[in-house]
Amino acid sequence: MSLLDLTALELGRAIKRGEVSVPEATQAALEAIQAKNAENNAFITVLNDRAMEQAAEIQKKISAGELTGPLAGVPLAIKDNICTKGVKTSCASKILGDFQPPYDATLTEKINAAGGVVLGKLNMDEFAMGSTSETSFYGPTKNPWDLGRVPGGSSGGAAAAVAARECWYAIGSDTGGSIRQPASYCGVTGIKPTYGTVSRYGLIAYASSLDQIGPLARTAEDCAAVLDAIQGKDPRDGTSLDVPCGHLLEGLTGDLTGMKIGIPTDCFGDGLDSQVSEKVLAAAQVLKARGAQVEQCSLPIMEYVVPTYYIIAAAEASSNLSRFDGVKYGWRAEGYEDLTDLYNKTRTEGFGAEVKRRILLGTFVLSTGYYDAYYKKALQVKAVIKQAFDAAFQKYDLLLMPVAPTTAPRLGESLSNPLQMYLSDIYTVSVNLAGLPGISIPCGLDSKGMPVGAQLIGPALGEQKVLNAARAFQLDTDYHKLVPTIKGGDR
Amino acid sequence: MKITEEMVDYVSILSRLKLPQEEKTRMTGELEQIIGYMDILNQLDTSKIEPMSHTFPVKNVLREDEVVPSFPREALLQNAPVPDGEAYLVPKTVE
Repeated sequence: MSLLDLTALELGRAIKRGEVSVPEATQAALEAIQAKNAENNAFITVLNDRAMEQAAEIQKKISAGELTGPLAGVPLAIKDNICTKGVKTSCASKILGDFQPPYDATLTEKINAAGGVVLGKLNMDEFAMGSTSETSFYGPTKNPWDLGRVPGGSSGGAAAAVAARECWYAIGSDTGGSIRQPASYCGVTGIKPTYGTVSRYGLIAYASSLDQIGPLARTAEDCAAVLDAIQGKDPRDGTSLDVPCGHLLEGLTGDLTGMKIGIPTDCFGDGLDSQVSEKVLAAAQVLKARGAQVEQCSLPIMEYVVPTYYIIAAAEASSNLSRFDGVKYGWRAEGYEDLTDLYNKTRTEGFGAEVKRRILLGTFVLSTGYYDAYYKKALQVKAVIKQAFDAAFQKYDLLLMPVAPTTAPRLGESLSNPLQMYLSDIYTVSVNLAGLPGISIPCGLDSKGMPVGAQLIGPALGEQKVLNAARAFQLDTDYHKLVPTIKGGDR
Repeated sequence: MKITEEMVDYVSILSRLKLPQEEKTRMTGELEQIIGYMDILNQLDTSKIEPMSHTFPVKNVLREDEVVPSFPREALLQNAPVPDGEAYLVPKTVE
């Protein structure tokens, strides 16, 4: 068995026992990246020398007993929209050029404090806008299970790197499904925590009221350990919550006795692939066998979630992305006549098509004459969506539904029809609108051999329940242990 | 709802974007399709519902007014496309 087949926690224990050194593990991961990145393009930046230096320092601290956490010495990679001091952070956009942040995101500081070795920065959809990782300026990431298919997005590089055994875990961000959907497409476990529990300081903003950082890993246990390391109140993020955290891993019992899980029938209708439906419903039986009470329920909001999400997300994006103007950082166009022309040229040439589409859409829904009909309306429907979840969680501890309507589509299929791509986010976006925790866990392969994900959603701050159910499922199944065997892309 | 190229021109000005004709034509059609789909929200009567911007109640977040060092100027200018050692350079804006 290769070092890279261990889970993050298994590697952490092996390092603690002195069976593996941190530089050995780091070297193994860098070699895997070297071998695989040319075909799957999961990384934008690989930190060969810096990672080895960091590994040596962390090994010293572990040996001296200064670093004792469960993830100490375990190498990881970070999505390229999270600031890493002195290391290029591009958001997969031309407009940021070779931007090297002068500071670390709170996430990066916390990973450093936990003894994480940062292997590199991961590919993504430009500014996290997209569901396929094809909108990256640095070229698409490819799915390790089938290089002719997309890894999902926007944290596609993160999901692909974990699935292809290039790192033990990865940090992504999720605004409308960007952790859970690629986790599903690539057969890994990924959780979007409750809004406000992981600081967004240093996460380059897409839609601030929805953005949340979270881990992608091999198991729910690994995800719990990462959340323990990265959650917590941060005075530098005004929306960060002051709630207890740091005990998820020790709280994983795997016992579901008395837990009530609802399956919203509204999520199993038209447009859902029959094999995905079958696998997700089979997952419910596994949870039942472990003591959960499972029953059908209703969530009568599904037709409204995608328009609500895209109005709010685009509106916030149009405002957040106004800072990219070719003056303060990043790339500037050439041949401009005056200041307005400098802005226009830089933004028109520096942003890709999907980003421009969302900026224009967001500007439209916020503009005079349309604000009430679209933006304000969406904020009202958001309240309705929140109420529907509140009502469901009066009766159930968790909800179970698909992550995506299908398994990973072929490269190029989604780019031709933006609305079609938006619609594929139907099962993930409502969780962001309501600020809830949601996890994607592998629950089988379809007839093409592509992974299917099941989604467990909990009430606000219900991470422990979500992770516990996911852990219970993984104690009784082996889907999360399946390893992709790379083929040329003809399934 | 009908989206015209004039409307796209107007939001482009607000967005500081200047799309080439071909891109503008394509974008106009795509935006019409997307915004048309969003009209589905009108099926829902929300006349008695307060708009919700944050799912958790967000209050003013206050902190002590302590003096802390700001970023060194050189560190920030390092990322500027055209700095002059002291400032960001842009074309002349005031005659």
